[in-house]
This record gives sequence, C-alpha cells and structure tokens, in this order.
Amino acid sequence: MDLEIFGLFMYGISLLTMTGIYAVSCLGLNVQWGFTGLFNAGIAGFFAVGAYTSAILTTPEHAGHFGGFGLPVPVGMAASMITAGIIAYAVAKICLRLRSDYLAIATLGIAEILRLILKNEQWLTGGSLGISHIPRPFDGRGQPWSELGFLAVVVVIVLAIYWLIERGLKAPWGRVMRAIRENETAAEAAGKNVERYRLEAFVFGAMFMGLGGALSAHAFKFISPEAFEPLLVTFLVWVMLIIGGSGNNKGAILGAFIVWTIWSMTELFTGFLPSDWAIRASYIRVFLIGLILQLVLQFYAKGLIPEKPPVIPGKNGGEKAGGD
Amino acid sequence: MLEFINFYLIPGLVLGSIYALGAIGVSMLFGILRFAHFAHGDLMTLGAYLALTVVLALGWSPMMALPIAIAGTAAVAVGIDWAFYRPFRSSPTIVLVIASFGIALMVRAAVQLFWGVEVTPYQTGIQRPIILFDALRVAERHFVIVGGTIFLVGVMHYFLAYTRMGKAMRAMSDDANLARVTGINTKKIIVWTWIMGAGMAAAAGVFLGMDTQLNPNMGWDLLLPIFAAAILGGLGRPYGAIAGGMVIGFMEELSSYPWIGTEPLLEPSYKTAVAFAVMVLMLIVRPSGLFRGRVF
Amino acid sequence: MSASLLQATGMFGGYGGLDILNGVDLAVDAGEIVVIVGPNGAGKSTAMKAVFGLLHVREGRVSLGGEDITNKPPEQLVPRGMAYVPQESNVFPNLTVHENLEMGAFVRRDDFSGVLEQMYDLFPPLKDKRKQPAGELSGGQRQMVAIGRALMVEPKLLLLDEPTAGLSPLFMQEIFERIIAVNDTGVGILMVEQNARQALEIAHKGYVLAVGRNRFTDTGANLLANREVAESFLGGTGEG
Repeated sequence: MDLEIFGLFMYGISLLTMTGIYAVSCLGLNVQWGFTGLFNAGIAGFFAVGAYTSAILTTPEHAGHFGGFGLPVPVGMAASMITAGIIAYAVAKICLRLRSDYLAIATLGIAEILRLILKNEQWLTGGSLGISHIPRPFDGRGQPWSELGFLAVVVVIVLAIYWLIERGLKAPWGRVMRAIRENETAAEAAGKNVERYRLEAFVFGAMFMGLGGALSAHAFKFISPEAFEPLLVTFLVWVMLIIGGSGNNKGAILGAFIVWTIWSMTELFTGFLPSDWAIRASYIRVFLIGLILQLVLQFYAKGLIPEKPPVIPGKNGGEKAGGD
Repeated sequence: MLEFINFYLIPGLVLGSIYALGAIGVSMLFGILRFAHFAHGDLMTLGAYLALTVVLALGWSPMMALPIAIAGTAAVAVGIDWAFYRPFRSSPTIVLVIASFGIALMVRAAVQLFWGVEVTPYQTGIQRPIILFDALRVAERHFVIVGGTIFLVGVMHYFLAYTRMGKAMRAMSDDANLARVTGINTKKIIVWTWIMGAGMAAAAGVFLGMDTQLNPNMGWDLLLPIFAAAILGGLGRPYGAIAGGMVIGFMEELSSYPWIGTEPLLEPSYKTAVAFAVMVLMLIVRPSGLFRGRVF
Repeated sequence: MSASLLQATGMFGGYGGLDILNGVDLAVDAGEIVVIVGPNGAGKSTAMKAVFGLLHVREGRVSLGGEDITNKPPEQLVPRGMAYVPQESNVFPNLTVHENLEMGAFVRRDDFSGVLEQMYDLFPPLKDKRKQPAGELSGGQRQMVAIGRALMVEPKLLLLDEPTAGLSPLFMQEIFERIIAVNDTGVGILMVEQNARQALEIAHKGYVLAVGRNRFTDTGANLLANREVAESFLGGTGEG
C-alpha cells in the first residue's frame, strides 16, 4: 500500500519534471509565435541541439563520441542556449523577411538537417548509439531526493524564464513586439526596425527551446537521435501552446501540463494492454492528440487562458489564437 | 560514363519523377488555397499503402493498383479538406499550416495503426534489369516509374490546358476574387485541386514504394525536397514544379558522384541537405522561383 | 409603370460595422446606360459592389427583373444575367485572351462559340492576340478583355466599375465607344465613372452620390446642364 503511494508520488514528480521541461520549450515558442507571430516547425531541431551540446560538454570522456569535457551542468545548459541561439540567428537572418509559410518550411528543413547530422556524424554525437552517462544535478542522493532536487532545478528555470518574458513584455521591447504583430506596416512607419525585433524574438525563443533540450538530456541521462522524433517533439509543443492559449505565458505552462499529463496517462493506460495492442494503441494516442488540436483550432481558438488584451486605450485587443 | 548513366543519371530521373509528382500538388494547392500543405508527404504514404493492400489482397501489380490508390487518396484528401481545412478559408493561412501539421501526424498514425511499422516491399525477389544496347542497364521498375510519370504529367497538362475545370483552376490560381465575380464555382475548383494534388501524391508514393520500400515515414521524409521543388518551380505553378522536381532529383543523385577524386562529393546520407541548400539559396536569391510564382 | 430591370432601394451597408451606404437607391431599365458619379468616398463603387453581392447589404432591397437578389453571391447572379467588371485586376493575367473569354462563360453549359466570335468582332484588336496571355496586353486592350469576359454570359445588365480609370484619353474614347456599341445590342449598363462629364454624355440616366446618399437623379443631359451639379461635382472644366 505504502509502496503504491510512493510509486504514485514518484510518478507525480516525473510528470511535473517533464511538464517543466516542455514548458521551457513552450514558453520559447510563445515568444516566437504567441507574441511575434513567427512560425517555427523545427522545434525538435533546436531542442536536439540543446540536448547534444549540453551532453557533449558535461559527460566524462568517452571514445564513442566527441567531447566528454566533464564540465559542470550549468555551463552545459548555458552553452546549449548559445548554440541553439546561433543556429536560430542564421535561420532568422535568411528567412524572417519571407512570408510565414516559408519560415515554416525553412525551420522544418533545419530540423531535418540537424537530425541527419545527429544520425550520421558518429565522431561527434555517437550516431545511433547516442550519448550516455549524462550527469544529472542532485543525482545519487537516493529516492526521492535526487528526483525532487532535479525537479526543483526545472521549476526554478521555468519560473525564471516566465519572469524574464513577462518583464520583457512590460518593457518597451514587449510593447514594440506587440505593435509589430498587430500591424507591421504601422510599426515600421513609426520607425521601428521590425526585422531586428523579430530576429531577437526568434533567437530568444530558440534559446529556450535549446535549454529545454538540455534539461531533457540531463533528466534522461541518455540521448539518441530517436529521442527527437521531429514531428512528435515539435508537434507536442505546438499543441501545448495552442491548447493552453497562445500569447499567454501562464497558458503556455498550463498547456504543457495538460498535454503532457494526457500524453503520459494514456501511455500508462496502453501499458496495461497486451503488447500487440499496446503498440497499436500508441498510434491511436498520436491520432487523438492530432484530433484534439484540430478541435481546439476550430472551436476554441483562443485556448484555455486567452491572451490578455493589450493595454492600448481605445482598441479592443484579444485576437484569436491564429492571428498573425 | 556508362556507370555514370546507370548509377546516377537514371536514378536521378526516377527520383526527379517522384519529386515532380509530389511537388505538383504542393504547388497547385498553394495557388488555390495559399498555404504550404504540410501533410502532403503523408498523403503520398497513404497512397503507397492503399496500393499495398490491393497488391496483397488481389495479387495485382503495384501499377494495376495505382488507379485505386489514386482514387482512394483523393477521396481521403477531399474528406480531410471538408472536415479540417474548410473551416479556415477566411483565417490567416498560417492556421491552415498548423492544421495540416496535425493532419500529417494523424494520417501517419492511421497508417501505422492499420498497416504496422515494418518496412515492406511490394514484391519480393530480385528484378532483372533490362539491358539496352548491350550496356545500359535499366530496371524495369524505373521504366515503369518514368513512363507513369510522363503519362500523369500528360493527364495534368490536358486537364489544365483543355478542360473547363482545369482552366478555371488556373484562373482561380491567378486571381481568386476575379474568379468569384466571374461566376466560377470556387468550391468545386477546390475539390478538383485536392483530387489532382492528392492523386499525383498517391502516384508519387506508389512509385517511391516500387523504387525502394514502404515505411510509414516515407512521405514525411520527402516533404522537404518536395517543398524545395515546388519553391524552385515557383509556387502556384504546376509546370514549374515538374522542372523543380527534376532539378532537385538530379542534384541529389549527382551530389554523391565522385566529381573530384574518388570519394563521393557528398555522403549519400546527406542527399536531403542538397534539396534544403537549393531551397534556401532560392529563397534568398529569387523567392518567386524560376518561373515567377507567388511570394505573397 | 413597368418594373425596372435592376431596382435597389434604401441600401445601407459597409465594412466592419461602419456604414458607407446610407440609403442609396438605384434603378436601371432594360437597355439603359446609367452612370453613377460623385466625389471620392461617396460610395459609388461600394453601391455597385452591394448590388453584386460583394458587400453585405444591412438594410434595403435589391431586385433583378422583379426577383429579389439582396445579398445573393456573385455565382448566383451571373447565371441570372448580371455581369461585373471590377476596376482593378479584372483579367486573369496568365490565361490567354481566349481563355479569359472562355472563363466568362464558365456558368454556361451550352455552345457559346458564336458569342466568342461576336466578342472578337466587338473588340477587333483582340483578334490577333487570342493566344497571348492577357497580362501582356496594354491597359486599353486589357479593359476590352475584361468587358468581353463579362459579356460572355450575354447579360441583361453589365456593371462597370470605372472602366476608363488610368487610360489615356484616346483609349478612354475607344472604351466609351465600345460601351455604346454593347448597349446598342440591348444590354443595360450600370457604370461608375471618374470621368463624369464624358460618362454623363453617353448616359440615359445619371445618379450623383455624396456621402453614401443620392444627391441628384436625372437624365445625363439634364445633370450636365444643372449648374449646381456642374460646380460641385463635375469640377467646372470637365476634366477629371
């Protein structure tokens, strides 16, 4: 009995940890899409880059892949943000001035190329064998303390990013950002360098996605290219943001919690089925998440916590989630 | 030289044919509905698997199964449009991109559910190549694929250039508002666009399955080169898409030819990167494509 | 009094909750040329769009040949014998001249080859350009394609939104001549024009609109002779 409760407790911790990891990426997407209207179909790519950067820098030396520098975890995380940011900068430089569909295609392409590199450059990433022995903060303190310790790290990071974005939004930076999304021509006419602001938003968002990836690497202590199934990671984060309420940071976090809970609960459920059925059921699960997205888009476009109307006198804000 | 033709040029032609068929649909849909259809690769997958069912159940050849695969995929695409894309006709097009992203995943999950995730060929056993002029070795399936593509492109050309519906589709792609005030039934055009686009995608999927094997990711993995081909040809321009598909197909195959020294110029596993590079270059230099498609 | 071909009464409507039309009346009898003139922002083109179902009529009624067509979409109006030529982008640029004309007959399921030949007779300059994409033509020729496209359904009523906008005086004259020729075949014409003087000269009836309301309604000749109209709306000199 006690063991069962303890098991449930541990499950809760892992649920919250994963929620937090996804919330970090989801907040990143919110900066790009929710506040700036930039479509990113390559979340998995930035996520993977972050994961691999931190893994390579923080693992002990290993013959199977590049690096093994054994650096402290915070250094790895900081580096993961920088690498993801640099790649985002390059993508943004080329594609941001194009219409949103092109940005979507270009980011999708980046994610695919990154996946090819992860798979093929064995000297760097260990290829399909992946990278193991990734350190986790507070590891080795025994259950549940090591898990709780890592959860605390994740929570602190989520809160820090939340605070950072909220502050940024209240600053002139955020106001300009909103003005650009609402009416790009007018913002441009007002003398704002629209392209620079959008570039900043894209890079910041991607940095958070990289950080999310780094956190996931440390959470699992092992990564391989399969962990970054492009459609799935990218798609889950999108569903989280749209369900939670695009343009609202609380919504982004809530969306991450709800979608991850549904996702992992259904996995738990399919675990009870006979193995042949379990495999099939996992596809039904993906199908249903896709269907939920469609229904939310059609009937509930603002999400659970809609965007707060911008504080512009004389204008009723609160565009629908798809507003661009 | 012969080796070059047998191992690079012919595969380039085959791959180009498959890309062209996929890109035609992407380009047409962009012209009519103005959005990048992210589920197009997965429609290819669906077509390939529908043909597999016919092949397994009736013992037909994949080519005989092709019309059924085309009809089935077209019907599914029309249904998807009705249920999931139609509500967003007056929304910002990016909402359609998100919706199609979800559809991509749903179609793939359905394929995995019904057909499983195993890699499957249409036919087992070794196929003997046809030998021409004592030297050119061309696999029978390559003949069939290129021939089938030429036939389907012919059908497309006839449709666009000579039929009332096809001309109206070009008209709507030119100017949707004017098409409406002219009295053109735009709803019907949209249905026809899906039939043509999804039908071509199904054929591309079947051809890809004949050339290699079937797996649930086969279409998604082709999405990037197909977008690249459509952009290269100019979005909204089906004829440009054919040229774009051929260019990308050849470039991918030729990129691994040992142009300098004896090593492949580019590792074959990075073929997809060629499509991406061409696409990015095109977006920078001339976003309207080679044949002046739509940018905005 | 017999019912007019087109009868619009008390039309209110606009974009985004803001009314541009504040009770506009229009009537066109069969075979008539009717011209709408007025200053910029008077709601001339808007009134025409409202008649053709391109703008929601919030209040008021539109009827064609006695049949209520209020807020009916264009695809239902074209088969009823009403055709519309927008002011801008009124040809399919990548379609050939011939294909443009064929598109005009999209709603017809009968043999319309005779009408096609009539169009080339009506607009002789188009004869040599049949196979050329319409986007490559000059402004005046493009306007001919646009009007020809609309005539392909053999409409009872043709709506023209500023058919001479941006044309040189020479082409303008030619287009007006074609319009009279079209009218001679019995087609009723409702036309919005900036070149008010020239348009009123060929009009059987003219409407002067201002701020979304009817200001004057009279025969073309009477409006031209009306001092107030001339001073306030025709710019005195007769240009522009």
